[in-house]
Amino acid sequence: MSTTHPDIRPGRLAAADYAQAFADASPRFTQAQAVLEAERCLYCFDAPCATACPTSIDVPSFIKRIADANLRGAARTILESNPLGGMCARVCPTENLCESVCVRNTQQGKPVAIGRLQRHAVDALMESAQPQLFTRAAATGKKVAVIGAGPAGLACAYTLARQGHDVVVFDARPKAGGLNEYGLASYKTPDNFAQREVQWLLDLGGIEIRTGWKLETTAQWDTLRQDFDAVFLGMGLSSTQKLGLAGEDLPGVQDAVDFIATLRQTPDLSTLPIGRRVVVIGGGMTAVDAAVQAKLLGAKVVHMVYRRGPEAMSASQAEQDWARTHGVVLHHWLAPVEIVAQDGHVSAVRFADQAMVGGKLTPTGREITWEADMVFKAIGQTLGNPVLSACGLALEGGRIATDAAGLTNLPGVWAGGDCRAGGLDLTVEAVEHGKQSARAIHTHLTRA
Amino acid sequence: MANLHTTFAGIHSPNPFWLASAPPTDKAYNVNRAFEAGWGGVVWKTLGEAGPPVVNVNGPRYGALLSPDRRLMGFNNIELITDRDLDLNLKEITEVKRNWPDRAMIVSLMVPCEEQSWKAILARLVDTGADGIELNFGCPHGMSERGMGAAVGQVPEYIEMVTAWCKQYSKLPVIVKLTPNITDVRKPAQAAKRGGADAVSLINTINSIMGVDPYTLTMSPSTGGKGSHGGYCGPAVKPIALNMVAEIARDPATRGLPISGIGGIGTWRDALDFIALGAGNVQVCTAAMVYGFKIVQEMADGLSNYMDEMGFTSVEQIVGKAVPTVSDWRYLNLNHISKAFINQDSCIQCGRCHIACEDTSHQAITFEKDGQRHFEVKEDECVGCNLCAVVCPVPECITLRDLAPGEKDLRTGRDVSDKHADWTTHPNNPMRVAN
Repeated sequence: MSTTHPDIRPGRLAAADYAQAFADASPRFTQAQAVLEAERCLYCFDAPCATACPTSIDVPSFIKRIADANLRGAARTILESNPLGGMCARVCPTENLCESVCVRNTQQGKPVAIGRLQRHAVDALMESAQPQLFTRAAATGKKVAVIGAGPAGLACAYTLARQGHDVVVFDARPKAGGLNEYGLASYKTPDNFAQREVQWLLDLGGIEIRTGWKLETTAQWDTLRQDFDAVFLGMGLSSTQKLGLAGEDLPGVQDAVDFIATLRQTPDLSTLPIGRRVVVIGGGMTAVDAAVQAKLLGAKVVHMVYRRGPEAMSASQAEQDWARTHGVVLHHWLAPVEIVAQDGHVSAVRFADQAMVGGKLTPTGREITWEADMVFKAIGQTLGNPVLSACGLALEGGRIATDAAGLTNLPGVWAGGDCRAGGLDLTVEAVEHGKQSARAIHTHLTRA
Repeated sequence: MANLHTTFAGIHSPNPFWLASAPPTDKAYNVNRAFEAGWGGVVWKTLGEAGPPVVNVNGPRYGALLSPDRRLMGFNNIELITDRDLDLNLKEITEVKRNWPDRAMIVSLMVPCEEQSWKAILARLVDTGADGIELNFGCPHGMSERGMGAAVGQVPEYIEMVTAWCKQYSKLPVIVKLTPNITDVRKPAQAAKRGGADAVSLINTINSIMGVDPYTLTMSPSTGGKGSHGGYCGPAVKPIALNMVAEIARDPATRGLPISGIGGIGTWRDALDFIALGAGNVQVCTAAMVYGFKIVQEMADGLSNYMDEMGFTSVEQIVGKAVPTVSDWRYLNLNHISKAFINQDSCIQCGRCHIACEDTSHQAITFEKDGQRHFEVKEDECVGCNLCAVVCPVPECITLRDLAPGEKDLRTGRDVSDKHADWTTHPNNPMRVAN
């Protein structure tokens, strides 16, 4: 990123204010608050919250254990279903999942704070003297390769390791964690939680992480299939969608995921440059994470622009509210038509106003232009790894085609998380994919 | 504002709320504060014989049953009677009564079961201005090991004997405080009446152990590693106390004997329960110990508003109003049929009614309809047991509907009869009487 532009500079805040700006988005419950909140749970029959959870956590049971002063048991209930329950408690759009169906919504207009309670229980376990709950089954002598150390890969590796298999997890990045480490807003997972969670997972034993490894050749693939008894692909999406507009490659224009990754890996945020006027293009959680963090770094004006209406945004209502609360200006029905340059650097983005006419997005003829010295693109990601097709994997809509348990068209090869076709692109769903594939792999490996 | 003035066993007080004999009424400082807050009367913490007073432990005297969010549901104590000098107590009682002439001042007494002991202590009360005495035949811990308190209250003959002494040696109204640690509360109440008691008060506390410390495996509360049972009170004991009050109120042998109701009273609703079941006034301790004396204001205001709403102009009009509705099981109408009804508009779909009924009762509540979550009573299975209404978190969402005579009971297939038929005449009863 060029910092030569006069309006892109670090240190917009006083040095002491960064910690406050990027503090925990959802403060921890005290023990007293947790018990009070747990008492609100009605222990529903066939609880809707548990059904709504992609990993099927027995929510009433873990909440009852919190109320019963059994935090360790609560954590076990959570982690048995979702080994990344700590991260999911932080990043799940609970307002669209478990909390949206809580019967307390009907009665009191306010759900039980399931996400925060889940975090309370898992944090308590991880900070306890004996943070490990599970042990490995007797060694099976089977080896599984997991490609990608993100939520799907880690969940798969952990589940397999518990069953006694040895797992090697390969990842292209220097650290394990995937989007947990590189792709989420910093305030959602402060205090290095992503790495602490990875360490907790690895402390089970039986999982080896090999970073700096990327699947680039069919020869690598052939070796993998030879050396391992099964392969799980959980490498996520490595490329981003292009706007297809003139000026897209101008200095000052970058992918939101890169901005977030850089921010997450910058120990001292006062050194991270940010523009005065920022435009974020997109309507998902990545767009919100980029826009809000740009604002928190001290950008004066941040426009987040989406080409459809608010109900079509993949960012949840709570995420949209969060962005507004932080001073991000949300716009709908605007499609970018030109990235405007001045002196070889982005200077503005021109948008065309759109409306839904007969079920089709149609320009109304009006246009609007916002000055911008930085533009973040967050319009979606793609698999972007041509070697997968060369390896013989069938794709579907640009992602890896699988059956319900994640089995690909190749025997002994499973896939899950964002790289798998037909998903919701949620952390919690990636975990479920990894878990389900691990179970299928276990069955496959232990078949007589 | 309704008139809350009551006359109980001839003792006047501006409202029916007295503080029970207990730590809150141990000395002038507390009682003055109680009267400032608005309590209608106090029963001064139990006095013992002249001479060296009893001593209390200097460790935990209280324990509690708490909900997970620490609301107090039950309370336990091992305090003894007053551990202050008799002369000091009598001096303070005299002063407080002089300063608060409109409030009821009752003195609780407990001395050994000997005529001379009772005669001596009663003589000391003459000049205090006290309005009445309460005989502590209920204290279940410590004092009972010495042959006093509940040790007396568990022997009707002793109750009668001591009550008679008190009537003989004192002109003051005598209230006999009963222990619930017996099998039939009517017997001690009858004994008190035979002895000439002007009233009974109940219940005193119930023998209790609050629990065990999970890490030391020591009973709690414990004094340096050992504990003894205490006396249990607070909201959890109210139903036990209500039953005992009602038993005495409807016993022909004690009918009309004034009853001071005690046991878990913390709100005007609690007080109303006792009064309607036969209590002429109520005594409170635990609620004051949890919230302070000011709660009497909410209690008095609530009762007053209720009386205005109902058109009652005196507490007396409510006393015992519900007693005729208390009966024995054998007289309940077996032809009466109720069915639970779930109001779908207020149902929040938690399913607690379903699982409670399905697992533990009559399998009479659905959990789905057309593939959707849906809870509805199956009238052909429902026996009207009320479990669903009890476990439902939404007030008034589940109610019991009484079937009208002539309506068909879908469970039995029979029409509801308009005739009363109870167990006394039921064909399945081998001891039935002809009707």
